Amino acid sequence: MSDTGPGSEPPPGSAAEDSWRREYWRRNLRYMVILLSIWFIVSFGLGILLVEPLNAVIINGFPLGFWFAQQGSIYTFLLLILVYAVLMDRLDDKFGVSERDGEGRRL
Amino acid sequence: MSSIQLWTLIFILGSFAVYIGIAWRSRVQETEGFYVAGHGIPTVANGAAIAADWMSAASFISMAGLIAFLGSDGSMYLMGWTGGYVLLALLIAPYLRKWGKYTVPEFVGDRYSELVRTIAAAAAIIISFTYVVGQMRGGGIVFSRFLGLDITGGVLVAAAIIFTYAVLGGMKGITWTQVAQYTVLIIAYLIPAAAVAWQFTNIPVPQVTFGQVLDELNALSTQLGLDAYTQAFTSRPMIDVLLVTLALMVGTAGLPHVIIRFYTTKSVRGSRYSAFWALAFIALLYTTAPAVGAFTKLNLLQGVRGKAVSDLPRWVQNWAETGLVQIKEGVERIGSVSNDPAAGADLTVDSDILVLASPEIAGLPAPIIGLVAAGGMAAAMSTAAGLLLVISSSVSHDFYFRRVRRAASDREQLLAGRIAMGGAVVIAVLGGVNPPAFVAQVVAFAFGLAAASFFPAIVLGIFWKRCNAAGAAAGITVGLAFTITYMVYTLDVFGTEANPYLLGISPEGIGAIGALVNFVVAIVVSKLTAPPPAHLAELVESIRYPAPRRLPAHQDGEAV
Repeated sequence: MSDTGPGSEPPPGSAAEDSWRREYWRRNLRYMVILLSIWFIVSFGLGILLVEPLNAVIINGFPLGFWFAQQGSIYTFLLLILVYAVLMDRLDDKFGVSERDGEGRRL
Repeated sequence: MSSIQLWTLIFILGSFAVYIGIAWRSRVQETEGFYVAGHGIPTVANGAAIAADWMSAASFISMAGLIAFLGSDGSMYLMGWTGGYVLLALLIAPYLRKWGKYTVPEFVGDRYSELVRTIAAAAAIIISFTYVVGQMRGGGIVFSRFLGLDITGGVLVAAAIIFTYAVLGGMKGITWTQVAQYTVLIIAYLIPAAAVAWQFTNIPVPQVTFGQVLDELNALSTQLGLDAYTQAFTSRPMIDVLLVTLALMVGTAGLPHVIIRFYTTKSVRGSRYSAFWALAFIALLYTTAPAVGAFTKLNLLQGVRGKAVSDLPRWVQNWAETGLVQIKEGVERIGSVSNDPAAGADLTVDSDILVLASPEIAGLPAPIIGLVAAGGMAAAMSTAAGLLLVISSSVSHDFYFRRVRRAASDREQLLAGRIAMGGAVVIAVLGGVNPPAFVAQVVAFAFGLAAASFFPAIVLGIFWKRCNAAGAAAGITVGLAFTITYMVYTLDVFGTEANPYLLGISPEGIGAIGALVNFVVAIVVSKLTAPPPAHLAELVESIRYPAPRRLPAHQDGEAV
């Protein structure tokens, strides 16, 4: 955001301002690409494209491909969102852009 | 009155009383409260509200039944209706929360142009309307089966309750009611599921144990003329399963009534965690549904296999009265079962009844059956309310105060929002009592339309500063036109003749390709025309960072 507090940083558009923004955004995009790759591999890869070969393996009564399609992929989605939220908490803190109230507590 | 009717009445009236009580406590006085609950909903509560908003009558009533008869290919609904939350959490929710206004068309209007806003508002109204009619109908069916009321009466009662809390409390009332509705619907879903799992395996955790019955289910299914349960691609080719899954995921992330739920959180961080909690609450039902499907189908097949028509279990008779279960004329012993009337099996069971009938099929006591009915009502009403809010905000906020009357006081805007909500409820009732013939089919296609219109425009708007108004408008228009054309080409619901699928792609799956077409057109047109003005690049910049940057020295001590 460009309307920052007085004296806290160089004016928007300056080189220093641009460089932390680029770095922050680059890291955010990297997290996204990695997590979305896992999203794709588990659901479309294991649950659809490879479902038939994986079904040859049976665990606790479940053919493995069938299990990924009807159970495993959903647990994976949930984990991916949690991991992203935690990673972004850290990234926001590192770059000093996390949302805090007057006393520095998380909003 | 039978004991089932009595218990149903107790549970439904009890839950309605709770909803009305909540509505009275959370009535609102200003526009911000009406549209986005004052950006003040705690994260976990917002997650539960999103889950209730999201899980419609279709999720609660129909999905397990669909999976029971589709077997392995039912996975496309399970993955498709959950995987979209990953896209929402990573690509959309935090940025739209940072931007922080009221509606989805408003975002594309700010980012692109007024023209795109108007197109988007029209698309939001059409998509939400087709969806809401299905919910009213679902609520009406619950009433008619369990209370013996006719469907019209059922729809009217459901609409009156929704009207009360939606008009009184707007988004705030809707959100807190949805938290209560989530509680009702998940209890109603899990109790019979756990009970059935207990009957079969002595472990009341259906997710873990339904693997144990799959072998038996495969054998019994083939014996009664159905496909083996765990065999993939029996009902559709792989390419279609892939595309339908993708279209449902992308469509989820593009549906306006889902996206606006992330506007109600307190912070950008809150919107990320809201997505987590929402999917956690949804996953509780979505991982149970395939187990309910498998157990109930096994129960059903065991109950009827080889039986003489005269000693079929009682539920067959109960549901035959609604016409949703049929026995072929002249049959004496049940040798085949199907959910498709055209298959000509001895016993035809409509897949929609499986969840509502599962306690009866499993022989569970009357209070549980009443609870399931109240859960079905909660699922239908919570989704309907969320959709009605989108319709009312699009009409009043994006059309009336944008196109007709630009200067208006907060009180006037709030009043207009309430009137639009009332109007939307009336139209939804008319649609629910007397649904246009194509509605049932079109609900499933709302996802394709959302995928082909909103998702690409929003994602490009956030991640590609160079995308301009001409590109977005062209992308939405061509994406929608392509998707609708293929739907009309393959379906006979619009008065046209149905043509065979091209390359095995069903009309449910075409939205995935429509989204791709939208992306390509938007990128090409943007590249060929002038870049957007500088203030828009700044808007995009500003939504990428959750808060203004503080001095580096300030952050070290509090890093987590």
